[in-house]
Amino acid sequence: MGMIRRTFLIGGAALVGGGIFAVQYGDSSARSQAGKLTDGKDGHNFGTWLRIGEDDTVTLYSPHTDIGQGSNTGLAQMLAEELDADWSKLSVVSAPAESAFANVVLGKGFLSEMSGYPGIIGAMPMSLLGMVARQLNLQITGGSSALRFTGQQGLRVLGAGTRQALIETAAGRLGVPAGELTTADGKVLHAKSGKALRYGELAAEAATRSLSAKVALKDPKQFKHMGKSVPRFDIPAKVNGTAQYGMDVAKPGMRVATVIAAPVRGGKLISVDQKPAMAVAGVEKVISLESAVVVVAKGYWQALKGARALAPKFSDGGHGLISTATIFAEQDKLRAEGKPTKTAGDGDVDTALKAAGVKVIEADYKMPFLHHAMMEPFALTAHYKDGHLDVWGGMQDPLGAKAAAASAAGLGADKVTFHPMLIGGSFGRRLPMYMEIVDQVARVAMQVPYPVKIIWSREEEVSQGAYRPQSSAKLTAALGGDGKIAAWRNDFAQPEDGLREVPFFYDVPAVARRHFKQVSNQTVGAWRSVNATQHGFTTESFMDELAHAAGADPVAFRLRHLKPGRHRTVLEEVAKRSGWGSPLEPGRARGVAMVECFNTIVGQVVEASLAEDGTPKVHKAFAVVDCGTVVNPKAAEGQILGGLVMGLSSGIGEAITLEKGAVQQSNFSDYEVLKLANAPVVDVHFIDSGAEMGGIGEPGLPPATPALANALFALTGKRVRALPIKDQAKA
Amino acid sequence: MAIVAKVNGKPVSFEAEPDTPLLWAIREELGMTGTKFGCGIAACGACSVHIDGEITRSCSVPVSDVAGKSITTIEGLAAADGTLTALQQAWIEHQVPQCGYCQSGQIMAAAALLAKTPKPSDADIDAAMTNICRCGTYPRIRAAIHSVAGTSPATAA
Ligand code: FES
Ligand code: FES
Repeated sequence: MGMIRRTFLIGGAALVGGGIFAVQYGDSSARSQAGKLTDGKDGHNFGTWLRIGEDDTVTLYSPHTDIGQGSNTGLAQMLAEELDADWSKLSVVSAPAESAFANVVLGKGFLSEMSGYPGIIGAMPMSLLGMVARQLNLQITGGSSALRFTGQQGLRVLGAGTRQALIETAAGRLGVPAGELTTADGKVLHAKSGKALRYGELAAEAATRSLSAKVALKDPKQFKHMGKSVPRFDIPAKVNGTAQYGMDVAKPGMRVATVIAAPVRGGKLISVDQKPAMAVAGVEKVISLESAVVVVAKGYWQALKGARALAPKFSDGGHGLISTATIFAEQDKLRAEGKPTKTAGDGDVDTALKAAGVKVIEADYKMPFLHHAMMEPFALTAHYKDGHLDVWGGMQDPLGAKAAAASAAGLGADKVTFHPMLIGGSFGRRLPMYMEIVDQVARVAMQVPYPVKIIWSREEEVSQGAYRPQSSAKLTAALGGDGKIAAWRNDFAQPEDGLREVPFFYDVPAVARRHFKQVSNQTVGAWRSVNATQHGFTTESFMDELAHAAGADPVAFRLRHLKPGRHRTVLEEVAKRSGWGSPLEPGRARGVAMVECFNTIVGQVVEASLAEDGTPKVHKAFAVVDCGTVVNPKAAEGQILGGLVMGLSSGIGEAITLEKGAVQQSNFSDYEVLKLANAPVVDVHFIDSGAEMGGIGEPGLPPATPALANALFALTGKRVRALPIKDQAKA
Repeated sequence: MAIVAKVNGKPVSFEAEPDTPLLWAIREELGMTGTKFGCGIAACGACSVHIDGEITRSCSVPVSDVAGKSITTIEGLAAADGTLTALQQAWIEHQVPQCGYCQSGQIMAAAALLAKTPKPSDADIDAAMTNICRCGTYPRIRAAIHSVAGTSPATAA
């Protein structure tokens, strides 16, 4: 169950919105419904996601919310590639959160069983259930991304199928065999006669043809759009203040509200005296929900003052004794009991650990809860009027948001419209399944006659997160006399295992990765790259420990355990580019790490120093990335840069801690995020391996922390076994 | 009592209660949403504006403090016809924004830096650019500032 959720809840990458598989060949009702929604006059719908206007304009109705990773631009490149569209006439808009763009009819059966997630189910057209099944498998093993699935499996196929329909239409009109026709820049061309027909003039007739999904896609050598650093569509509006986020929604007569929720997750509201809030000028209403109080006012400041004047009583839901320390203690206990929830790996580890002549090495690692800390706090607006609820905001899954709002409001989905806005960062946080504000705004809107925007204060946002879980691991290995690892055991405790998403790729004869499932009162969040952060840190730190124990260079030691292939190539390349082994200025050292997740392999080398107060600083970082194929190199580089910076930030300074069941952090003052002065110069290099396309939004993150920790060991001889690093320095 | 000031060259009179942070007066009263709310405690810089040319975190300045002052927001940088400043163009050229939410504040901070220090060193940039970007666009921010200042970027990004 968690597995399915996680594969969709990719922190950095765009998420399923209108549905990955909504290229609805064969589903004529969805197509005609989508046509009604998008076909203004003089335009024609193809496979729900594409409209070609008689004026030659091409519109892509993207099912993804672009969180800033450039996925919509990349999707347009992929569509244009196969369609041979005229790039200058192409635009991207968000697909309406309507069932026509993601057939809600089904997917029940195995999907509901496995995901329990209506938004996803809504995205799966019945006619493609078989395909969905195959794709789910792929996603489970390889993770998901907008380009990899929607682009590769959806829009490229749609583009090619539509192109074929246009060619067939032109063949009929010109009375020539389709084989004599070619396409370029939005036209069908007949070289023999010199005739050309514009897509716009063919669209009406072509749209009546059924589209074939059995179309040949282009060979990369033919690419004109894919692989180019096309400027992202979304950027111009983000430099002049015109971009509109959920926070920016304003409606006539709108009120603004803010929330105080039970500080202990799982707690409920017992009572609240409304008077102190009502006494604040501008406060209009105090609404009690099951586990939160909402203060509605003329503006945010008044709502906040009102909320701060309240002293609501909450229960602790029986979780009042949970703390960071009790969670680690519980994890240790589970490990000591020795009954893993799940085990992966082959070979007889126990015997290998006891073999004569091996050196057994052990290390314990601890990792804290991490918060998404996206820059835009939660903000959603809702208005209930004449039996219909409208909701505006930025969500990773508009259809799921719509479903969640409908259920909170007690309305049918047809009585709710969700209006997607830009998202000010998400990293896995803005998913309706654990985004309480959807429920809150829908319930409040049902009680007031005006539009209401709920804004979570940063304090609420930090202390009510859906965190990357706190986690710990005991690593044990046997080092053979040949300087190679004879056995590897990783006993890790956390809510989910992540074993399939984060493969162990070193060549070791006996491996046991044993998951001890441990849960707390905290919501398990998908945090950018999900379980790859924990596995990346422990595996790559321990590899480094073993290298030193074997008296080997950390790169050479890893290479000893890598057969020729993608991983080896990535590691060799990053060692080369970083000048691994060459002298550095005094006070600096290098560290290396390599992690695979979402079918992308990233190797990183960082050059770090330590300030006098014990704060680490990374001066330079090198990343080598094998994600198979790169659609937009500049946008992809941005994702790797951003992931690396976020990885360093979390490793150096971030931690959410619990005391008496409640989160102790409240704002950027005590949840410390890396700033520009401590961000390194980064060199990013892509290896075009031609392997199946991997994700790009997340894999840049996991190697950064272990690479830094390993550099600090090289510098100081002191091993980082608990995060964040700054707490170690203080200790 | 209305508080009279100038925003992007135009006279405005704020009706908000005097303790209302300038940020919310700009966003909710003037309806100008380019200036963002990130933390409310002067820790992130998303709300950065210029007050009489000084970079200021508007979430932590009561509107009563700006009486008689001249405020510039992100909407006031470009020319009246929408032509972007060289700095904003550099932001596009370097494809700086990701989610974009912090970028109004980043651009205002960079504009204030360049107004005082037209040829900033890396150390000047480090000292001036203290706004948080959770998407991690810092290397490109640094590169964009260097490119518009004509200084040599120390970054490969
Ligand atoms: S909102 Fe003002 S500094 Fe963060
Ligand atoms: S671009 Fe997203 S926070 Fe800076």
